[in-house]
Amino acid sequence: MPKLTIDGVEVEVADGSTVLQACEDAGAEVPRFCYHDRLSIAGNCRMCLVEMEKSPKPIASCAMPAGEGMVIHTNTPEVKKAREGVMEFLLINHPLDCPICDQGGECDLQDQSMAYGRHFTRFNEHKRAVKDKDVGPLVETIMTRCIHCTRCIRFADEIAGVEEFGAVFRGEHMEIGTYVEKAVSSELSGNMIDLCPVGALTSKPYAFTARSWELRKTESVDAHDAVGSNIRIDGRGGEVMRIVPRLHEDVNEEWISDKSRFAYDGLRKRRLDRCYVRRNGKLEEASWQQAFDAVSKALSGLRGDQIAAIAGDLADCESMTALKDLMTGLGSANIDCRQDGAKLGGSRCGYLFNSTIAGIEESDAMLIVGADPRWEAPLVNARIRKRWRQGGLKVGFIGAHRDLTYPVNNLGVGPKTLGQVAAGEHDFTSVLERSERPMLILGPGAVARTDGAGVLSAARTIAEKYTMVREDWNGFNILHRAASRVGGLDLGFVPGAAGRDVSGILASAESGAVKFVWLLGADEIDMMPLSKTFTVYQGHHGDAGAAAADVVLPGAAYTEKNATYVNLEGRVQRAYRAIYPPGDAREDWTILRAFSDEVARTLPYDTLDSLRGRMVEIAPTFSGVDKIAPAVWDNFGEPGEMSGEAFAGSVENFYLTDVIARASDTMAKCSSQFVARNQKKTGTNG
Amino acid sequence: MTTPETKFKFTPDYLERAKAHIAKYPDGRQASAVMPLLDLAQRQNGGWISREAMAYIAEMLEMAEIRVYEVATFYTMYNLEPVGKYLVQLCRTTPCWLRGANDLLSVCKEELGVGTGETTEDGLFTLIEVECLGACVNAPMVQINDDYFEDLTAAQMREILSMLRRGEKPSPGPQNGRQSSAPGTGMTTLLDGGAG
Repeated sequence: MPKLTIDGVEVEVADGSTVLQACEDAGAEVPRFCYHDRLSIAGNCRMCLVEMEKSPKPIASCAMPAGEGMVIHTNTPEVKKAREGVMEFLLINHPLDCPICDQGGECDLQDQSMAYGRHFTRFNEHKRAVKDKDVGPLVETIMTRCIHCTRCIRFADEIAGVEEFGAVFRGEHMEIGTYVEKAVSSELSGNMIDLCPVGALTSKPYAFTARSWELRKTESVDAHDAVGSNIRIDGRGGEVMRIVPRLHEDVNEEWISDKSRFAYDGLRKRRLDRCYVRRNGKLEEASWQQAFDAVSKALSGLRGDQIAAIAGDLADCESMTALKDLMTGLGSANIDCRQDGAKLGGSRCGYLFNSTIAGIEESDAMLIVGADPRWEAPLVNARIRKRWRQGGLKVGFIGAHRDLTYPVNNLGVGPKTLGQVAAGEHDFTSVLERSERPMLILGPGAVARTDGAGVLSAARTIAEKYTMVREDWNGFNILHRAASRVGGLDLGFVPGAAGRDVSGILASAESGAVKFVWLLGADEIDMMPLSKTFTVYQGHHGDAGAAAADVVLPGAAYTEKNATYVNLEGRVQRAYRAIYPPGDAREDWTILRAFSDEVARTLPYDTLDSLRGRMVEIAPTFSGVDKIAPAVWDNFGEPGEMSGEAFAGSVENFYLTDVIARASDTMAKCSSQFVARNQKKTGTNG
Repeated sequence: MTTPETKFKFTPDYLERAKAHIAKYPDGRQASAVMPLLDLAQRQNGGWISREAMAYIAEMLEMAEIRVYEVATFYTMYNLEPVGKYLVQLCRTTPCWLRGANDLLSVCKEELGVGTGETTEDGLFTLIEVECLGACVNAPMVQINDDYFEDLTAAQMREILSMLRRGEKPSPGPQNGRQSSAPGTGMTTLLDGGAG
């Protein structure tokens, strides 16, 4: 624990800290371009020069380890002069195009040149120009602006795990580029845009659409996957202009996936902005009253068990609560929030990511079963990679393998291998036995199948056999991929007594036993069986669900409502309204509340607060926002036969998993560039 | 000469030499052998390194292609585009320039009929100007493939080029008769042959 004196302030910093970190601790601001606290140290921009006593020249504070007794000055004329010199060199080849640069207004170089720049240039020679690179549909490059901080290279190598960026040529000719112009095949590539301290890497979809100071910024959470990444939604007028990450050390650090960042253009397309009622086989525009009338008419005379409701992957907790209460009021136990048919529910420890995302960093051995974290939860995968980079992590993998950006031990593909591990008959068991904090990650590919309960039970056996669950550690984890799932399970949006689950609902819809189905944003199920039932689709995008519906009720997307989502760890988080829903669309719970009046089953809450009170009543965990209540180890899963079928990945196409992403042009471009091309390769080509 | 479309592979002879280089480094650190391997690839490939060769080396050393590309583009002695059979690197840095590098350059241009950075039509010569090759004491000089030709006059330069064109082998080293970089005016010390 070295002690330093910084500008006369004495600070004690952790071993291994740098002078720059010590300066920050002491409250001294140090400008920097290349240094980033989540990346390795490069020390090449030289902007962080400070004066150290007994050193003949200024030192680069980012690369200097803090030492006992150092005396540092950050605000002397010498330091200012040194930084001005650095700044002048950085600006030599940097174009003076701030007025047409998207980074303008939020540019580190622009800001710092206000403090350290000259008001004119002494450089009379030609500035160099660098050819722009094509790195795919997400990141725009204007390479002449690049100051070679190499943050993007380090990000690609270290965080994203795709070694595709590099610094080629040297000296005056150095350029940042890829090997043979190719798109950066990472689902985290958008983060390079945030990392770039200048305008060399900017967002392609956002290009020239807005200036940062015109945007209204709303802090919210993401709903494209179950991670619950913290985001900031930047809106202007009635439109979302862009989405950027927000710092949350325990969830997404400061990264978000490309889908979370770039799918927002899908919010403007294929929107359901008014009610529709099917007349003579065609959906026709209707008023709210006409739509409600049509639904109540269809409901009249039906018994509770003839009615069913399915909640989709983007559903928020408020609307699921309202829908559940409405269904209970109508006497129906046929409700389910597990579109994919996952055999999860009941005891809370049996469907949570119990170790927590931050807890991954404490683990030393991991068994991934039927999961594809890279596509199902990119930030969980990034966290596993972060842990792997720290060294000593052993990962066993059962299922359909693909590159996860860290090496894994392929144990097998199906339940047979799982059974062997559970019975202690596999080589990998010695790794689990020796491990101090072993983890098991069970993905949707393992539980969303007919023998899911048996798989869950085998996983539980493994967790207990290798003491993965102790007082101070719970290594049993379920990896979800839908934002609504944990919230739905917490709220008990699962079949009640004698109720039917999704496959039961669909089967009875086909046989005629269920005559009325309410789809709350459920699009990822087979719509064919619903052709005979009266189907209500409440949601925000015209996709499979709306096409199959008899009545369409326009709802709000996650950016348009004040809503609660529970992430895969069981963390309750609030999303806030950044823009208003289009046209006649309303916040989803208010639709259900209004409709409950129509059928004389009035829901007992008129405000968001009282609805949230009801949620706390159902599940007390909803009272602690952004808190994790450790789940008690309890019974779940049923020992049963497991089929021999291999675990399949649950995500066929990362860029097209939900209705918003499917409506997005940007995601369609990514899909054709990154997914379709790869799939072609694995086919029949020679 | 390998065209960009053809696959690159070390011949058994080169492969053996490559393996000897890789064996110098501990397990998991084989990427350290990237520079000698690039050199081998350049030699086998007729004086330049193709993208295929870089990809091949990247695979052999289990490193990312971009990492090999970074190294290959950083060093000027790796040629990333095809060159002639004889790569004439003419030093133009101050000492050589003062001693007549300009004359050598005009002789080369005249004799070969190409400018700097160009290759003759028969594919025999590529002429480039380079910065200091560290033989200032023997200025002016050129490097042709692996050999230094030093203490050149314009006439000697012309002769060396025409010998190469005829398929003969000019002898490398100082062309004015002195031994390596011994004084041009004859020995001044150790005249007794170093006996004392």
